[in-house]
Amino acid sequence: MIVDIGYISLLLAFLAAIYSAVAAWYGKSKNEERWIESARNATIATLPLLLVSSAMLIASILRNDFSVEYVWRVSSIEMPTYLKYTALWGGQAGSLLFWNLVLAVFTAVAMANKWRSQKDLIPNALIVISLTQIFFLGISAFVENPFARMEMVPANGNGLNPLLRHPGMIIHPPMLYLGYIGFIIPYTFAMAALMAGKLDDGWIKATRRWTLTAWLFLSLGLILGGRWAYDVLGWGGYWGWDPVENASLMPWLSGTAFLHSVMIQEKRQMFKWWNMVLIVITYSLVVWGTFIVRSGVISSVHSFARSAIGPLFFGFVVIMLLFSAYWITKRRDQLATGNKLNSLLSREAAFLYNNFLIITILVIVFFFTHYPMISELFIGEQGFVGPPVYEKALAPLFTLLVILMGIAPLTMWYRSSAKRLGIAMRWPALAALIITIGLFALGIRHWGALLGLWATAFAAILTLLEFWKGTRARMKKGEPVWTAFSRLMARNRRRYGGYWIHMGVLMMALGIIGIESFQQETQLRLETGERLTLGRYEMELKGMERYPGPDDLLITEATINVYENGKFVRTLLPRTELYTRTGQPMTIPSIRSTIADDFYVILVNWEPTTATAATFRVFLNPLVNWVWAGGFVFILGTLIAAWPDKKKETVASRAAQAALGAAD
Amino acid sequence: MTSGRFYVSRFTHHVLRFMLYALIGLLFFMVALPAIAQDGSENNGGLKKVVTDDEVNKIARVVYCPVCESTPLDVCQTQACADWRQIIREMLEEGKTEQDVFDYFSNLYGPKVLAEPPREGFSLLVWIVPLVLIPVGVVFFSRYMRNLRADEAEVVTDTAVPPPTPANDYLSQIEKELEGK
Repeated sequence: MIVDIGYISLLLAFLAAIYSAVAAWYGKSKNEERWIESARNATIATLPLLLVSSAMLIASILRNDFSVEYVWRVSSIEMPTYLKYTALWGGQAGSLLFWNLVLAVFTAVAMANKWRSQKDLIPNALIVISLTQIFFLGISAFVENPFARMEMVPANGNGLNPLLRHPGMIIHPPMLYLGYIGFIIPYTFAMAALMAGKLDDGWIKATRRWTLTAWLFLSLGLILGGRWAYDVLGWGGYWGWDPVENASLMPWLSGTAFLHSVMIQEKRQMFKWWNMVLIVITYSLVVWGTFIVRSGVISSVHSFARSAIGPLFFGFVVIMLLFSAYWITKRRDQLATGNKLNSLLSREAAFLYNNFLIITILVIVFFFTHYPMISELFIGEQGFVGPPVYEKALAPLFTLLVILMGIAPLTMWYRSSAKRLGIAMRWPALAALIITIGLFALGIRHWGALLGLWATAFAAILTLLEFWKGTRARMKKGEPVWTAFSRLMARNRRRYGGYWIHMGVLMMALGIIGIESFQQETQLRLETGERLTLGRYEMELKGMERYPGPDDLLITEATINVYENGKFVRTLLPRTELYTRTGQPMTIPSIRSTIADDFYVILVNWEPTTATAATFRVFLNPLVNWVWAGGFVFILGTLIAAWPDKKKETVASRAAQAALGAAD
Repeated sequence: MTSGRFYVSRFTHHVLRFMLYALIGLLFFMVALPAIAQDGSENNGGLKKVVTDDEVNKIARVVYCPVCESTPLDVCQTQACADWRQIIREMLEEGKTEQDVFDYFSNLYGPKVLAEPPREGFSLLVWIVPLVLIPVGVVFFSRYMRNLRADEAEVVTDTAVPPPTPANDYLSQIEKELEGK
């Protein structure tokens, strides 16, 4: 019964999406408002329907109804209750349903929100978003049905993949989904603007906050994913250039390019076509990324043919690309404004350099990610591109991006004088050089790292100077420092939120350079009482213990004393966990963290462990905490930039000021 | 005034050119340097030597498990991977070099087990594409930018808003820009 209600709601949502597309199209062509309204209502109705459907799936999981295949796959009787809720997105079919639910929430909010303000765009927006909904609901209802039954009812289920039981992994996928799906809204309005031929920057302004919010969640998802990998996967790193990771990085990259380039359109009415292209790319990468994550197509082309989902996703991406390309081509005259660049040293040019670098990075990541597929298609043998190749190809590009991040805020719209730029850059460049020379004197001989550190210091000094210059300008008006600073933030949130984000990126860059260039590691077998040295740290094995954990866990834990420069600082408890029923092992590192570095200890679980001895792999990860701290600043900056402002008030006060001015 | 402008455009031309060279130089630097640094490291012929876990891991971290998805051998927890690590250890004990180990695994399981695909055959593509793509991209992009640039005469009549004179007051500059949005 519960299962039937869930499936019927899902089907009804699918039908509602079809109805909405048809009604919106009909209403538009006949110019009849009530059909448009009806289409909107149908679109909004997908939300309650999918809420019911998701609730029924969760209910089936809670009731241990193993007649449902999905429940059998992701749950088990013993599993803790909170994990039974999160199992909604713990497997393919469920996460697609969850995907649909989030899309329905966003769609309903966007349609209700923009109904009055974007009257001209709504009919087409309804058509475009319904097309997306039809596709994903269709996949859920007919291909990856979460309510599909088993032929025989098993007594117990498999339980959630242990890797997905970590708190970080419970919230990481929803964050990515919020980010992914958030980008569908600006795409929808971009297409609607194209179809309606209303190509001012109305659609950009209407969806600016959506874009930033989507970007915020995608960033959060990436950072949390990195943290999860660092805490749970136990390889001492946080980013492995895995296809699944790249799938979420790629739309983030094109979204980043988009966020920068829309500013040119808003200010100069240039590159309208390019902004369209960027949002189309982002949307396509979102759909494609969902597919990559779900299908495992990268690791083998054969899985593409095995499941029906592959050709369907491929077909859908191609159709939406053709659809978008058709409209961009059709409106190309309106998209070309004929405005010219005044100087290659202007702010608009700086945004273009940014876009060029980001898109180049995106193309390289895309190529490397798909290389296994390309290789298999052409020579029938699978290839692989590992992290060292990504790092070599992308490090110079990221370095240039960091330098540009420092210089770009100095440029002015229309044109800036080379002389003024030179003067503004001279001292920061020199100061960064002195820092770099200092590091060299301290014994650092890694040339790539020195170059990266110079670039990071240079950009950081310039960014901090931007804060200082703005604050000082306000202070000249008689405001005290703190008031001047906070008012500067409050009044120019988009600009200074952006600079906060830049600072976050630079802090992360520092951390990345640290761990990538100076990571040390060693592996050794220790008897109780024996010691191991790495960097300024020393560790001593005090003892081993084995005990049963919650659920079906068997935990093996080592007690380790850590000494820094000979002085005891902390006890660490690295452990391995074995899920006895499935036989899946987990390695949970134990870490001593400081601002300077992480002392990261893994109990190596494939080497024999006795009551008195075990093998340990130990990493010294310099500056890695700057990655997380930088991530925090990054998110803070995005919040500053995206927080809703009291729009009406400022408009009113501006009008009042204008009226006063007229009265003079 | 005109000479001043001329000076700017030539300067930017040089800047762009410099960026292109710098980029090519950087790329070369990144690709070539580690290769040079690796040369002439280990050569220990003859007797069976003692191999530490660290020496095994150094290689295992850039050899990927042929069975599991994107997992290097130094992390992989399966029995098969433990055996492969043992093979690396034995080969090192026999005095084989890093490259010998790579060749062994690559011959057995194909180039997909190497973190760095070999710089030969089809996988040469991995190395060539970025090296070609980036300079070609830079050339096209700078062409595009130059075409996009207004002729000197057109500059002033560009839009309704005149190009701002360098603002003396930084704050009024910001306020002005903010009004534009």
